[in-house]
Amino acid sequence: MDNEKLTTESVKPAAPTAAATPRPVAPKPAAPAAPAVPAENLCELQVVAPEALHAEMKRLHDEEQMDFLECLTGMDWEADGLGVIYHLESTVTGKRVCLKTVTTDRENPLLPSVTDLWDVANIYEREVFDFYGIKFTGHPDMRRVFMREDWVGYPFRKDDETEKNNPLRMDNEPLADDTEVLTLQADGTVKSNRREIFEDGDYVVNIGPQHPSTHGVLHFRVALEGERIKKIDPVLGYIHRGIEKMNESLTYPQTLALTDRLDYLGAMQSRHALCMCIEKAMGVEVSDRVKVIRTIMDELQRIDSHILFFSCLCQDLGATTAFLYGFRDREKILDIFEETCGGRLILNYNTIGGVMADLHPNFQKRVKEFIPYMRRNIKEYYDIFVGNVIFHNRAKGVGVLTKEQAISFGCTGGTGRASGWHNDVRKRMPYAAYDKVQFNEVVRTEGDSYARLLVRLDEIMESLSIIEQLIDNIPEGSFQEKMKPIIKVPAGTYYTAVEGSRGEFGVLLESKGDKSPYRLHYRSTGLPLVAVMDTVCSGNMLADLITIGGTVDYIVPDVDR
Amino acid sequence: MFDFDFKIVTEWLHALLTGVMPEWAAILTESILVALAIITLYAVFAIVLIYMERKVCAAFQCRLGPMRVGPWGTLQVFGDVFKMLTKEIINLRKTDMFLHNLAPFLVVTASMTTFACLPWNKGAQIIDFNVGIFFFLAISSLGVVGILLAGWSSNNKYSLIGAMRSGAQIISYELSIGMTMLTMICLTGTMSFSEICAQQAAEGWNIFRGHIPAVIAFVIYLIAGNAECNRGPFDLPECESELTAGYHTEYSGMHFGYYYLAEYLNLFICAGMASTIFLGGWAPLVIPGLEGFNEVMACIPGAVWFVGKTFFVVFLLMWLRWTFPRLRIDQILSLEWKYLVPLSMINLVLMALVIAYGLHF
Repeated sequence: MDNEKLTTESVKPAAPTAAATPRPVAPKPAAPAAPAVPAENLCELQVVAPEALHAEMKRLHDEEQMDFLECLTGMDWEADGLGVIYHLESTVTGKRVCLKTVTTDRENPLLPSVTDLWDVANIYEREVFDFYGIKFTGHPDMRRVFMREDWVGYPFRKDDETEKNNPLRMDNEPLADDTEVLTLQADGTVKSNRREIFEDGDYVVNIGPQHPSTHGVLHFRVALEGERIKKIDPVLGYIHRGIEKMNESLTYPQTLALTDRLDYLGAMQSRHALCMCIEKAMGVEVSDRVKVIRTIMDELQRIDSHILFFSCLCQDLGATTAFLYGFRDREKILDIFEETCGGRLILNYNTIGGVMADLHPNFQKRVKEFIPYMRRNIKEYYDIFVGNVIFHNRAKGVGVLTKEQAISFGCTGGTGRASGWHNDVRKRMPYAAYDKVQFNEVVRTEGDSYARLLVRLDEIMESLSIIEQLIDNIPEGSFQEKMKPIIKVPAGTYYTAVEGSRGEFGVLLESKGDKSPYRLHYRSTGLPLVAVMDTVCSGNMLADLITIGGTVDYIVPDVDR
Repeated sequence: MFDFDFKIVTEWLHALLTGVMPEWAAILTESILVALAIITLYAVFAIVLIYMERKVCAAFQCRLGPMRVGPWGTLQVFGDVFKMLTKEIINLRKTDMFLHNLAPFLVVTASMTTFACLPWNKGAQIIDFNVGIFFFLAISSLGVVGILLAGWSSNNKYSLIGAMRSGAQIISYELSIGMTMLTMICLTGTMSFSEICAQQAAEGWNIFRGHIPAVIAFVIYLIAGNAECNRGPFDLPECESELTAGYHTEYSGMHFGYYYLAEYLNLFICAGMASTIFLGGWAPLVIPGLEGFNEVMACIPGAVWFVGKTFFVVFLLMWLRWTFPRLRIDQILSLEWKYLVPLSMINLVLMALVIAYGLHF
């Protein structure tokens, strides 16, 4: 392991948050039931008219260096119209801003696209179009993304009659060959053009939806020139379950169960994000014990995920032995989880106000055995795979993602950090017990597949160090706060993010004060990573698609939701 | 000293048969018997190899491998073979039916014919004539036709890409194989397998006689041979992570089984050739000066020596396969054309010099 090349960063203070109220430095004991001060994760939404939106966005992007579009959420406020909430962040100044735009036209809603400013807006706006029917003028590819091409209606609208319009179809899903481009003309009218997705004579190969190395039911249509990739068109939605829509009819405790089904290698963290979002919105302060337990569990989950990342990459590249080395070690973590949580993959551990059960008596002993075991075994990974010259040839310089591209595409997590972008939520906006531990944010500058692997392997070491610092210092206290039997969140829009296994996992919660959320949107860690595949793969060979897809590290249930 | 010449058996059989039937009928009967023997051996070795591969790979991967069917899982492979035999051969629409059905037979025929070239023991060769190595190279090239046909007739993009890769790879690496064999022919002065083996029994193994150039040739042969067999790290043509199963994606039942069989037997043949040409074939290990040791070694029958050496090389190749990740197609071709071919050419010259100046043992 060459530590010389490693760019590390010492503990950085929390990024100043402009839109939200300043975070309390020390946790306040016993929060009141109805907080007088606004919740710390409440979004202060600046309302921008659709006509002025693009100019304002351009100003924020160019002048205030808001280069990271964190989250873009479609909304249906019924009588108040349809709209979009934007979360922007500057990677330079750390400033954060939330904007909201609304159109009252329900028949033919139109909003200006921001695809020209942030690349990731492309897929986000397609998602909004798919769910809410809002069309974006200036968008190059206005096509559905998760639902079938022949779907009738827009399922996330509150007045949509989804089941009536869409009986069970017995025919195969048609795939679109062309797409719609809307351009706003000088006189204010909108012109619609059709554009072919692939050119005539392109040799298109389907990678997926049933394919050994797409890590789930993902479908890429790949145009090839010989063995070189010309263009990739991801076809998503094969396991779209409408989790966000389901949440609108579930009570808050019920919504928790679905977060484990998003990123199944980040079940702890996703559920942590949702619990934390609800707790902060309600003004509930969890005990220090819960914070530490959640931190340890998150880090164990991260190690689990990174080991599986390594294993699958080995498997994809034909190194089956290294694959099983990874599984051998991952098993230990799953055993630890099983003792305390009862589950191995779907853990169901965090609850609103605490965790489901106290730590198992063996927990500390097992974890303390695991830390030196893993430190020893990770050397084997280097011996058998990472140091191998064949792997160097396969990965070095393959699929280079520059820092600008990573930020523009919103590729958070290890993928962004391998390109030199300091994006760790644990450093940017510390939560749980992360402000109490010393750890390095692993950042490299090469941006290639090799760097993406090394970042993950080094993060395993950092996670082990975090766990080591906490495992002997778990404070005494209650593992579950006393909550009311029916949980209601005060009206407002809240956003909370955690560092998931593969990037920033955010929860946007809009509440009207009921016992179910009005809208619950997850900032998927994987969707930007799938969106970047076309850019990062173009010009590489078909075999590199596997390396790049493996190292970019997306999980399909998290992409499709 | 156990110096059994298998010719005694064949001549006795021939005499026995000509005693009861005319010459042509005797030869026909013998041919049928030999063919049956080959097919049986072929099947038996396939089963042994598959079991060995599973156990070896399990050992490398901290697993046990098959354990449930029979003691130590020994009957597992038999179960798998019967499963394969009973599976339906699915005919797909829009495939070229004739070529699609023909292709696996081409592969398995090429593999069986080369299998018949192996010298099992003194006097126990089936196909043996003065251009034996040449014949071996020619027949083993036939397999690639089957692979290309499989890819083409499947009417599937994965299969086609897999077949094209395989074609490019196998044809390229045949060059290295030919070149290393040529190097060793320089040393032996004959292309007949029986003579090569007899020579090694008398004068010592070629890898020792030819010292440096022979060792280089041996290493190049192992790399190229591994690539010829389409096995990891050169298993691109069927690499499952990109192309699902490459050229045999669309095959089912025993047609798929033939490819599977041919893959393992090609591994055995490749290793068998290595042991024939480099490691003395059926010749026992002789260390000059250690008479007692040599006596003991000579007591082991030639067939055991041959099979033992072959399985040793098979083990080396399995070790490679279960250690290395897969190369990319352009890297495979550049390894061959930029490194192995020039190296084996230089090695050929080196061997010629060694022989010209009498520097070999």
